Amino acid sequence: MAVLDEAQVRDQVKEGVDQETVDAVREVGGAYKYGWETDIEMEYAPKGLTPDIVRLISEKNEEPEWMTNWRLEAYERWLTKEEPDWAMVDYPEIDFQDQYYYARPKSMEVKPKSLDEVDPKLLATYAKLGIPLKEQMILAGVEGAENAPAEGRKVAVDAVFDSVSVGTTFQKELMQAGVIFCSISEAIREHPELVKKYLGSVVPVSDNFYATLNSAVFSDGSFVYVPPGVRCPMELSTYFRINAENTGQFERTLIIADKGSYVSYLEGCTAPQRDISQLHAAVVEIIVEEDAEVKYSTVQNWYPGDENGKGGIYNFVTKRADCRGDRAKVMWTQVETGSAVTWKYPSCILRGNESQGEFYSIAIANNYQQADTGTKMIHLGKNTRSRIVSKGISAGHAQNTYRGLVSMHPKAKDSRNYTQCDSLLIGDQCGAHTVPYIEVKNNSSRVEHEATTSKVDDDQMFYCRQRGMDEEEAVALVVNGFCKDVLQALPMEFAMEAQQLVAISLEGSVG
Amino acid sequence: MLEIKDLHVDLEEETKTILKGVNLSVEAGKVHAIMGPNGSGKSTLSYVLSGRDGYEVTKGSATLEGEDLLEMEPEERAAAGLFLAFQYPVEIPGVGNMTFLRTALNAQRKARGEDEMSAADFLKMVREKAKNLKIDADMLKRPVNVGFSGGEKKRNEILQMAVLEPKMCILDETDSGLDVDAMKLVAQGVNALRDADRGFLVITHYQRLLDHIKPDVVHIMADGRIVKTGGPELALEVENNGYADILTEVA
Repeated sequence: MAVLDEAQVRDQVKEGVDQETVDAVREVGGAYKYGWETDIEMEYAPKGLTPDIVRLISEKNEEPEWMTNWRLEAYERWLTKEEPDWAMVDYPEIDFQDQYYYARPKSMEVKPKSLDEVDPKLLATYAKLGIPLKEQMILAGVEGAENAPAEGRKVAVDAVFDSVSVGTTFQKELMQAGVIFCSISEAIREHPELVKKYLGSVVPVSDNFYATLNSAVFSDGSFVYVPPGVRCPMELSTYFRINAENTGQFERTLIIADKGSYVSYLEGCTAPQRDISQLHAAVVEIIVEEDAEVKYSTVQNWYPGDENGKGGIYNFVTKRADCRGDRAKVMWTQVETGSAVTWKYPSCILRGNESQGEFYSIAIANNYQQADTGTKMIHLGKNTRSRIVSKGISAGHAQNTYRGLVSMHPKAKDSRNYTQCDSLLIGDQCGAHTVPYIEVKNNSSRVEHEATTSKVDDDQMFYCRQRGMDEEEAVALVVNGFCKDVLQALPMEFAMEAQQLVAISLEGSVG
Repeated sequence: MLEIKDLHVDLEEETKTILKGVNLSVEAGKVHAIMGPNGSGKSTLSYVLSGRDGYEVTKGSATLEGEDLLEMEPEERAAAGLFLAFQYPVEIPGVGNMTFLRTALNAQRKARGEDEMSAADFLKMVREKAKNLKIDADMLKRPVNVGFSGGEKKRNEILQMAVLEPKMCILDETDSGLDVDAMKLVAQGVNALRDADRGFLVITHYQRLLDHIKPDVVHIMADGRIVKTGGPELALEVENNGYADILTEVA
């Protein structure tokens, strides 16, 4: 009986969270919350992209020669590449010479030795974003985190502001567990052997136009190494903030989970509200060795442009995980509510036998946003498993495309994939598209694909309203229900934030 | 409680008149039944009263405790105490039954300027009410009406009614798709809610539901009007002779 009661209490809390979300959604205004900018003195590299700029970025980061050469080689490759045009997105031509490729707060010229030395303006920026750069517990009860353990929990943060990392929390404590968590520029200086071995090994320099561009000009990003057998003692996260105008952000993330290790990593992104679009082209590489597991969650909330489609971030991102060892596991979870244009396909290479890849995605496009996103599951090893759950929500004049590849190679015997893509349309001016590519080159593998498209229908709305909910509340409830599979895969705090985002970006799209 | 005067309603999409002057008054504490052949306008009346889109009121009025229902949004009518048990309850995937109920209840309380109910109090209250309708914990957790049998859906409607405690309950063909046992359970649920402050309007095609929910007044509706009003015996007359006799009689 006691056991039963406990289970019931848990249910009660869960239900409670959902309710609070709905309430929070009602209280939050419809506008983009993170559109303000930080008034801070910046130092820019000259506009445009030349070998000199590449050298300058490398020099600013005090990189060794091999790194500079690696970049220059990427730059040469980039010159020969063409911007891809197969995605279902439409935007004016980008003038790559009319951008700043490096922008750093002046106060970061001398790298702060500890968080105490970081420019208060920068600390205030992150505090305002709700990401305090302090080594403090995230207390239970905050934002309805009723499920969190009572003693609170820790999340280590690396904060990237335009082109540089301004600080990383809990580094010492992580180091005690053997976990390296620092900015990639620091890793290049302090752990060159690891960077040399792994950088570009999952996403090769010449992988695609944007990845090649990133390889040439990436200025900072995060680096994680979890040694064999270590379960990372806290969640790691990176918070990306674009602040400078006409500046592209090109960050690079490299995560290495050695044999039998585990890490959960979160990524968040926001940018000020501006009329002119800005470019963001990131690369994330994850290496998962034997029996290791990595969870990578993203809540992407870049400025999406205004209601007429003016401004917003162009988000061209290459994310890939390589399950190198047997029984390696990787899980991508993403909630994409921001950006004017999204081009992003977090992928899994399932090389090890019995390795597993999972992809959970919610992409919400409102107003004139365009999202072309999905995943690639490349099954190379035997008995590999992959699972794709993608939910696309379109409102206003937005276009939302799921594009996914499932590839079963000849040696990937007895492998399985399950794909479920659902689209939800709100209103009649928007579009949803599903573009699955499936290649099976052996007889024993199984691929399942399910796709549905539905509308938030008038019957559901009326039913909710007859029971007393207003329109916004009703849509929030129905859409959250639709997104549930994905939201459940997110870490707690992110799930809360994501649920709110889901509702906010749909606000005003009813009727 | 509910006052309907000379209500005329057209379909919005096509020029078709469905209600042609309905007059009806349901007092607090009373159960009124509306019976009538298919297409007589019974369900339309329930939709118009609850504020569903697609209908245009061309004439007449409908008030709940003196407040003009027709001026209100559907959720305002709900907060004012109007409840409709749907003939075809709607499925909402991914939304737990409890979440739905609590969101609805708190929305109504908020609209009325009352405090929200705490998770613990709410849970206790729902469990109590669910038990009477033989709704188990599993059904409370499952997504709203998804995969529910016909009987479960209707019991769920009555549970919502019990939780929201409306002043005026409209039941639209609640007996459709129910076997005898399920109907008894639903009727018990409704009877438990009968009290001096609450009015009921039970819309049904058949008399059998009225064996279990004893009406005070029975109305016969045909071609958009109430053509005959009487006591419970009127329902029996329908049962024995069908609608044809009555309709001929009033024609």
